[in-house]
Amino acid sequence: MLTAILVLTVLALLFGLLLGYASVRYKVEGDPIVDQIDAILPQTQCGQCGYPGCRPYAEAIAQGEAEINRCPPGGETVIVQLADLLGREPLPLDAERGEAKDTPTVVEIDENLCIGCTLCIQACPVDAILGAPKQMHTILKAECTGCNLCIPPCPVDCIRIVPVEEDISTWRWPEPTIDLEQPVDAAEKTA
Amino acid sequence: MKRRLWHFHGGLRLEGHKDLSMHTPVTTAPLPARIVLPLAQHIGAPAEPEVKVGEKVRTGQRIARATEYVSAPIHASTSGTVVAIEERAVPHPSGLPAPCIVIEADGQDEWIERQPVADYESLDPSALRNVIREAGIVGLGGAGFPSFIKLNPGPDKVVDLLILNGAECEPYITCDAMLMQEHPRRIIDGLLIMRHALRAKRCIIAIEDNKKVAHTVLVNALQKHEAEFIEIVQVPSIYPTGGEKQLIKVLTGKEVPSNGLPIDIGMVCHNVATAAAVHAAIAEGTPLIERIVTVTGEALDRPRNLVARIGTPFSLLLEAGQWREADTAEVLMGGPMMGFVVPDLGVPVVKTTNCLLARPRSRPHRQPAMPCIRCGQCARVCPAQLLPQQLYWHAHARNFDRIQDYHLFDCIECGCCAYVCPSHIPLVQYYRFAKTEIWAQERQKQKADRARQRHEWHLERLERRKREEEERRRRKKELLKKSKAAGGDAAKKAEIEAALARVKAKKASRQTARANTENLTDAQKQAIAAVEARRQRLRKGSDSGGDAQ
Amino acid sequence: MTDYLLILVSTILVNNFVLVKFLGLCPFMGVSRKLETATGMGLATTFVLTLSAVCSYLVNEYLLAPLGLEYLRTIAFILVIAVVVQFTEMVVHKTSPLLYQVLGIFLPLITTNCAVLGVALLNVQTEHGFVESALYGFGAAVGFSLVLVLFAAIRERVNVADVPEPFRGPSIALITAGLMSIAFMGFAGLVKG
Repeated sequence: MLTAILVLTVLALLFGLLLGYASVRYKVEGDPIVDQIDAILPQTQCGQCGYPGCRPYAEAIAQGEAEINRCPPGGETVIVQLADLLGREPLPLDAERGEAKDTPTVVEIDENLCIGCTLCIQACPVDAILGAPKQMHTILKAECTGCNLCIPPCPVDCIRIVPVEEDISTWRWPEPTIDLEQPVDAAEKTA
Repeated sequence: MKRRLWHFHGGLRLEGHKDLSMHTPVTTAPLPARIVLPLAQHIGAPAEPEVKVGEKVRTGQRIARATEYVSAPIHASTSGTVVAIEERAVPHPSGLPAPCIVIEADGQDEWIERQPVADYESLDPSALRNVIREAGIVGLGGAGFPSFIKLNPGPDKVVDLLILNGAECEPYITCDAMLMQEHPRRIIDGLLIMRHALRAKRCIIAIEDNKKVAHTVLVNALQKHEAEFIEIVQVPSIYPTGGEKQLIKVLTGKEVPSNGLPIDIGMVCHNVATAAAVHAAIAEGTPLIERIVTVTGEALDRPRNLVARIGTPFSLLLEAGQWREADTAEVLMGGPMMGFVVPDLGVPVVKTTNCLLARPRSRPHRQPAMPCIRCGQCARVCPAQLLPQQLYWHAHARNFDRIQDYHLFDCIECGCCAYVCPSHIPLVQYYRFAKTEIWAQERQKQKADRARQRHEWHLERLERRKREEEERRRRKKELLKKSKAAGGDAAKKAEIEAALARVKAKKASRQTARANTENLTDAQKQAIAAVEARRQRLRKGSDSGGDAQ
Repeated sequence: MTDYLLILVSTILVNNFVLVKFLGLCPFMGVSRKLETATGMGLATTFVLTLSAVCSYLVNEYLLAPLGLEYLRTIAFILVIAVVVQFTEMVVHKTSPLLYQVLGIFLPLITTNCAVLGVALLNVQTEHGFVESALYGFGAAVGFSLVLVLFAAIRERVNVADVPEPFRGPSIALITAGLMSIAFMGFAGLVKG
């Protein structure tokens, strides 16, 4: 009886020491998974997920505080990619956080109305607005992420949402659909 | 001596339909009234316009310059006036417009002064390449890659073999065949120029064995001394032997590595029409402004080959071929395997337009697609030795990571797999869809990376501003403390006075800067007097209720 | 020598732990969705199984048996297995955080993998020596990994195929596993005994 307890205790202590040493030797600094989650998020920095930017949301997901379906600009693509990365089930987009956009958008300032107040410049999370106090403000469309955070602060409501123009270099072939009802029209080619 | 040939994996034997358009010799298409020249007729960066609206241009004049290394200039294909530089419909499956230069032809076809190169052999290869580049020559086989780049092997590569691709394996297309039949010397002379530029050791002109006349003509045109290093080889008429990688395999048995180029194994491949264009540029100083286009199909009464100026609307060519509009189901640019439907027949001929195919309504309708039965026929015919079935499953399931494991980007979109599929699945549509989706995702990712970087800088900027604010506040506090210790109120008063003095000085300087009423010149005095008089008139006018202007 | 070879062939093919003995089904079904995670899991389990088989043998042979404490076998083995798994978890977390995140709960669940305890107890039951215990553990793990990888590869293809609606997901996976099991049972008779 006593030997049994002794043996088990000794064994436990031994293993405890081993694990203690291992935990120090193999200590993990930081959390690279956050970087991987952040790499998937669209970087719109819009805050629709409820966190002030994409990185805080990535940290929340890594800690298990947030679900993976809170990003409307990312849409289904991002949800599926996050699910793949983390080995979880993909969920439908949380409707409360907003709707996914079907076309990407940017914003435009109506220069006739702009009064040069710089409120929109302060709101832009990626500094995509060029301007200075009492000078004309203009949106750098190439850098605009479409987060729309500049629209509420504008006192003269001069910012409008415009769709991103598609040209030949960004055009995508449509996904082939198979119409089971009618024979495919001759206009659809063999190759 | 019969040269040994190899086989490439897969491929199909197709009905050629070549006789349809080879009954008549090549004729010149009528000059159009209006020419539309897209700025992007080649792979690489679009050209930048050099002319303005209203400017008069002459045939062969450069009207748009190449912008980057991989780019090509555009030349006016007839003389006239530039009427617009704007977006117009171009031949592209999307139907989207692109920037073009529109020229209203004056009917004179007045040429610029052309400067042929007298003795190209004395020119340095890089100078030669420059001439070819300036002539706007791109691959006329359909790809449109700027040819001067493919004539530059690089400092450390040796070209063992220069191949001229006269295979023209796709059904219906005969423009290269007619060129070989009618102007064999242009092709051979172009080949000699290319050989000089590449310092290539040997040359082969490859022709499919269904073009017997072209083969005979070329063999007869070859001079004895040229036959020592130029070989004219007949290759089996299997589609797609005309594909660069497939042709190299057939002629040499070597395979171009995946994601590699023929130059990696010491070979370069150009189209026969490109060679003829190179000859014209060097021997005549003629830039690329026209090409042979096959206008064919069962919905035409006179299918034939036409020499068309770049920028000619498709409709003009179809009329020259006497198309029966009521009978036509669709018009394709290209052949039946790799061509695409042209949505608007007013689009212009571009440098890569090799064929217009008018399909008749009587053609059997495409059958609806059925589920894949995993028969594997597609893998048997794929010339790139890919697994089309796996590519299909993953494209269908939108698995864009997995699909790249199966070498999606090695697919040349030849259409052999879709042709043999017993379930009539539009396989190439799936691969094209997957490719553009992957490119779009990559663009998205780059945009997101830039946005992330900018956001980090934005946060840093705010951080820095806060730090500077705090620094300032801290210093001020210290100053205040110091001044309090030194003599309190007096120091504060001194600071206030100093600040007031600064403000006064600023105001004064502004006033002095503005008020420049001393030392006026006579002209200034007169101008001021005139303005004052006008002001008086206006005041009087507004008092009596006149125009405020 | 042939004994060792026999042990290996037996544990990898003939008496495959997953498909013939039906042990370790939890990670088999849970981690076989993607090929990369399946390979990672296979490697982790190989490490755990071999090490725990050896440690269990040593604990049994030099601690429990001489002191007559055979009745403590189960507890002691579980202790050993738990420690080895914990150690493995730390190593994986350090070397491949992605694999760690992806394996998720299944990495510590190797502790409860009946194949691991099964190997340890079977070693005692069949009175294997040191080398034999080690080989038995290693062979069991190789068999487990082999089947896991095969299953993951099949599952990836089945997931993008035209499976009828009621069968999609776990249903077709289980049917596939059953068919694989029948196939592996065909190895019976390859090795006598």
